[in-house]
Amino acid sequence: MANLHSTLLGISSPNPFWLASAPPTDKKINVLRAFEAGWGGVVWKTLGDQVKNVSSRYAAINYGNQRVMGLNNIELISDRPLDINLKEIREVMKEFPDRAMVVSLMANTNRESWHDLVKRVQDNGCHGLELNFGCPHGMTERGMGAAVGQDPAIAKMVVEWVMEVAEVPVLTKLTPNVHSVVPIAKATLEAGTNGFALINTIQSLMGVDLDTFLPYPDVGGHTAFGGYCGPAVKPIALKMLTSLGMDKATANTPISGIGGVTTWRDAVEFMLLGAGNVQVCTAVMKYGFRIINDLCSGMSNWMDEKGFTSTSEFVGLSIPKVTDWEELDLNFHIVANINQDKCIHCGLCYIACEDASHQAISLEKGNPYNTYSIKEEECVGCNLCKLVCPVSECITMLEQRKGAEHLNWKEFQRLGLPLNEH
Amino acid sequence: MPLESQRLAPEEYKRNFADLHPPFELLDTAFIEANRCLYCYDAPCTKSCPTSIDVPQFIKQISTGNIKGSAETIFSANIMGGGCAKVCPVEKLCEGACVYNLLHEEPIAIAKLQRFSTEQAIKEKWKIFERKPSNGKRVAIVGAGPAGLACAHALSLEGVDVTIFEKEAKGGGLMTYGVAAYKVTPEFCEDEVDWILSVGGITIQYNTEIGTTKTLQDLQRDYDAVFVGIGVGVARHLGIPGEELDGVVDAIKFIYDIRTKDYSEIPVGDRVAVIGMGMTAIDAATQSKRLGAKEVVMVYRRDEHEKSCTDAELEIAKLDGCSFVWLAAPKEILGEHGKATALVCNIVRLSDEADASGKRAILPTGETMTIEADMIIRAAGQIPFEEFVQGAHIQNNGGRISTSGLQTTNLKGVFAGGDCVNGGKEVVDAVQHGKDAAKGILEYLSSNK
Repeated sequence: MANLHSTLLGISSPNPFWLASAPPTDKKINVLRAFEAGWGGVVWKTLGDQVKNVSSRYAAINYGNQRVMGLNNIELISDRPLDINLKEIREVMKEFPDRAMVVSLMANTNRESWHDLVKRVQDNGCHGLELNFGCPHGMTERGMGAAVGQDPAIAKMVVEWVMEVAEVPVLTKLTPNVHSVVPIAKATLEAGTNGFALINTIQSLMGVDLDTFLPYPDVGGHTAFGGYCGPAVKPIALKMLTSLGMDKATANTPISGIGGVTTWRDAVEFMLLGAGNVQVCTAVMKYGFRIINDLCSGMSNWMDEKGFTSTSEFVGLSIPKVTDWEELDLNFHIVANINQDKCIHCGLCYIACEDASHQAISLEKGNPYNTYSIKEEECVGCNLCKLVCPVSECITMLEQRKGAEHLNWKEFQRLGLPLNEH
Repeated sequence: MPLESQRLAPEEYKRNFADLHPPFELLDTAFIEANRCLYCYDAPCTKSCPTSIDVPQFIKQISTGNIKGSAETIFSANIMGGGCAKVCPVEKLCEGACVYNLLHEEPIAIAKLQRFSTEQAIKEKWKIFERKPSNGKRVAIVGAGPAGLACAHALSLEGVDVTIFEKEAKGGGLMTYGVAAYKVTPEFCEDEVDWILSVGGITIQYNTEIGTTKTLQDLQRDYDAVFVGIGVGVARHLGIPGEELDGVVDAIKFIYDIRTKDYSEIPVGDRVAVIGMGMTAIDAATQSKRLGAKEVVMVYRRDEHEKSCTDAELEIAKLDGCSFVWLAAPKEILGEHGKATALVCNIVRLSDEADASGKRAILPTGETMTIEADMIIRAAGQIPFEEFVQGAHIQNNGGRISTSGLQTTNLKGVFAGGDCVNGGKEVVDAVQHGKDAAKGILEYLSSNK
């Protein structure tokens, strides 16, 4: 069985699954339960000046029979006294010395506040610090959280203050509420951050109650923009993560990946795209700490199957497979094929192609079952039919290259090759 | 042993005849099932529904919380969509065609979802349809069964004023008088008819049989068009000795009595033999058991593969404790002192090859068997109302009215549909006939201004 032991910035944990800074990590009772369940580490919920939270804090969107495809929150940083948090961190570390204890921080935007907070927390004991530059709600109005993380100059300045006193590794947690995370990452790297964590939540408004006209979550008749997370944000997180791996300046900096990790498959994908480990929150908020079991077992079985003995062996393997669009091979061509033995005649491929793609599927009427087949000459290989088909491996995409050589858009133009005629 | 009534305590009757269909109690549970639906294009379920209900559409509407829209989708195609969701043999129709069957998965619970929307609509009296202002045209309909009601509703929507003549005291036809009470309760049948009538423009003259004081000719004279939806009559006679004995009962009459009287008033035997294996036979057998018969045996001259009821129906009979004798053709009913005591059957076998009609021939084996029974229920097909049809000079085939396009008959301005045309099919088939006839009548009315 593969060894899941993981090290990020020298911080060791028995597996690459940390709990993200959030409600599941805001007190001893939760964190002990998490460690008992088998979590590799936690990022303790953000400490700073004690705040007051509102009642009614979360809202979710559901998709089909799945609840909480996306979750949003308007909760602020820890609303418990700093001293109690520090005492509990000490107690947890004593009880579980093999687990990673990273503490998330957010101070007022001045040097003294940051120095004071960093010192108090690291003197208390922890393996690392995570700078919360990402929280997109509430704290931003006070010039903190995403307000810091959205401006490279401010972010750089704060990281510099932190690094002046930090004695443990520092992860800078990046906000996705920017057009690109790369400039902020570069700026904070210049300021000395040891690594990144991304993404934090995405600014959002979850929806409106059609009877009361009140947007969610309803706080006594009003709401505020909140931070969006959960499975729905995963593709956005993966893009931002990969963009750091593709930039020369940030490529070699360790990253803790966050954003909708729900299953071991999600975790492997984050790691293939450059995350050294992953942090999980929403999945635990929905199902509890027990999901760690399958996260570990699934990843371990996958590693055995692929011949990996350590989690570090596959980190970043997929990054070279991402390129600019104009480098893609225009001679690569695939066409759909429907396996008639597997087809259940639902017609979803047909109507998707007919109404929304290239009218490349023919329909032969039957009672009650129609027969659907691909018009290969019309098929552009878009994948849509395969994506909507409810039966695995019923529709497959067969390669039918247009030419032997790799032909990118620049070459295509240089050769003066013809565009589509219709 | 004579047939006896009052075999059970009141609460036992109540339990035995309670609605068979468990509803979705909550929107949540209906929502879960609705979300299983793949929303097929040109959906096999829709194509397998005689009234072509847009099943994926109405299920999608449940999943979006648009229950009223869902009910509208159903009722627009089938105004008896509420009752059909209870009595349709869905495993042969929509649910049987569900593509999940091809994955060896449970099909979508289409009927249950359909009940979810339609029951709410009927119970809460949702205003879904609005008829056009009266256009002065008047149409008479004979029979307030599924065909007649469907025809009436479709005509009324277009502004036609409809008068239905119904020989019974209630509407609904077969649904009200000819189906097991645990499938559609009397209360539901009444509510469904009321809901259909709530569109306005439809008057029902109950307890009025056409062919006695008032004739079809009178209706032809007094109305712009006539629709005949009179259903079929009593159960077919077996043509065997002993049929006149006490204790030999017509299934149609038996079920009619169950639907019109108190359950405790219906006499039933100790040992009941039901002849036939269609839906009516099942309804007669299960209800005999539910009325307190000690033993019920269903006798059929073909084998289980060739039964005309569905597997689901057979399952109900099995769960009710009925037993089955296959490949037994009734030969004679024995009796003592004028009362039936036993059914003698020829033991038969089926030919290996099917004949031209697609059925295997029934071949004698020369052996017989005797089934002790003090009550014998005939449920092997129904006889058309031949006298009425002949008397009215409607072209027919052994009493079954002959129709061509859009349910037209040989008589000018007279249309027909439902069991009196097809010889006895499902409620949903009758509804489609009613719809088609309404279309034909509207065309006829507009070409005869």
